[in-house]
Amino acid sequence: MGFLDTLLGRTKPVQPKLDDLFALPSAAVTLEAGAGFKPTGSGSVCFRPVEGRSFADVQKDVTELLDVSSGAEGGLPIEITKDSYGFTWLVSSRLSDQLDALVTDLHAVNSSLVDNGFGPQLLCTLVAFKDDSERRLALVYLFKRGTFYPFAPLSGERRDNALELQVKGVIGDDLKFEPDLARWFPVWGAPGL
Amino acid sequence: MAARTRYAPDRGLTVRMTATMFLLGLVFVAFIAAIIGIGTAYNASDAAIVLFAVVIGGGFAIGSLFYSDKIALRTAGAREVTPEQAPELHGIVDRLCALADMPKPRVAIAHSNMPNAFATGRSADHAVLCVTDDLMRRLTPEELEGVIAHEMSHVAHKDVQVMTAASFLAIIAALLIRFAFYGELFGGGGRGRGNNQNAALLMFALMAISIVVYAVSFVLIRLLSRYRELSADRSGALLTGQPSALKSALVKVSGQMSRIPNNDLRTAKPMNAFFFAPAMHLAPKGSLAAIFSTHPSLERRLAELDKVQAQLNRRAG
Repeated sequence: MGFLDTLLGRTKPVQPKLDDLFALPSAAVTLEAGAGFKPTGSGSVCFRPVEGRSFADVQKDVTELLDVSSGAEGGLPIEITKDSYGFTWLVSSRLSDQLDALVTDLHAVNSSLVDNGFGPQLLCTLVAFKDDSERRLALVYLFKRGTFYPFAPLSGERRDNALELQVKGVIGDDLKFEPDLARWFPVWGAPGL
Repeated sequence: MAARTRYAPDRGLTVRMTATMFLLGLVFVAFIAAIIGIGTAYNASDAAIVLFAVVIGGGFAIGSLFYSDKIALRTAGAREVTPEQAPELHGIVDRLCALADMPKPRVAIAHSNMPNAFATGRSADHAVLCVTDDLMRRLTPEELEGVIAHEMSHVAHKDVQVMTAASFLAIIAALLIRFAFYGELFGGGGRGRGNNQNAALLMFALMAISIVVYAVSFVLIRLLSRYRELSADRSGALLTGQPSALKSALVKVSGQMSRIPNNDLRTAKPMNAFFFAPAMHLAPKGSLAAIFSTHPSLERRLAELDKVQAQLNRRAG
């Protein structure tokens, strides 16, 4: 925020950065080779809905679009859930080897929100992984930072910090990780995880 | 770009705020000029008094800015809470910070019977956000989020710094009034008669100017404060995308919610008709109370939020 904006007390809503999302498929290969985590095929986009007709229309268009493309490729229809914080999650479930298609789905949601002027409402995108011992892991993409961080929930709102840091080490430079650990905020009970 | 049009800044508010700050700056310059004028006219050694006031006032302002978080938390009787102690509150703050790309402030809860919230701290990295437990009890999660987004906008706008800088002038003027007053009482003890008269006159002029400056800057600061509240409302509502949640929180917190009845009209007793009576008995426009208040009136805030609502719902083109 510039000096003038500070003086005049106004903030410009932060526009999301979308392109880094496409780094996910190659990072997933590294992750599987290094730590044994495979994509489950589901992923979700979390955004803050705006009240009013305009936003509702955009959301409806996106889900219809994705249902068509996902249906054609043998995926499940898009699932919409609302969490207790009032955020909306669009969950896309693909086959576990269709990570590219999943990322394309997620990107389609993001870009149509951006195209309609609702870019600032995007919070994060999440792609789910699990290993052979059924440990769950998500790679969360923060739109406003254009960075990723791992999130490994355990039962009862605890998170496996050791695993998260291990994953960051394994993937290394394949993804742009969020350097500020204070911003690795938990997404408890995120749909699709 | 589509996003530009949907989130355009409020030009009217910007203009009014700029004008207020310009006036404040003008008063500041006039004040300095008057002091220099007095100083040269009377060949005063009393310039030392002014310097003294500036040093003390400056020290006071910087001190209060630096310790604003500690002072405010102590005054409110608040304690910081960890994510384990207040998961919902931290969850709301986490998400808003991620949405606005801000560093996360510390979070505190105060025990109080008043629904209230504040954010303070000298910078975004040292910010602390405090809500009262009564606020958390009364508001729904969406309304609470609206209030927190408003407070976080204060942090983003650096309102603590701006208001401290704006108050600097008033602090110095207030100190000078006091110094001049005591100077008048005790001043010039050992000096000659003519000199003494001169000094008394000087003190009187200094006091008169200081009083005027203090009064004018006081009104301007309050005006600035009200504009900054409006822009925090606006930014907060744009951030959450839910102006109506903030509106209903404002209505609840202002103690007006009791005026909107929950009983079905058909079941309401004739007596209850009195409860509808003047929904708001706030100070009429232009009254003294309205000029001196730090926050805009409820109607004004609701009207501004209506504009945000329309803006968000507009078709991006």
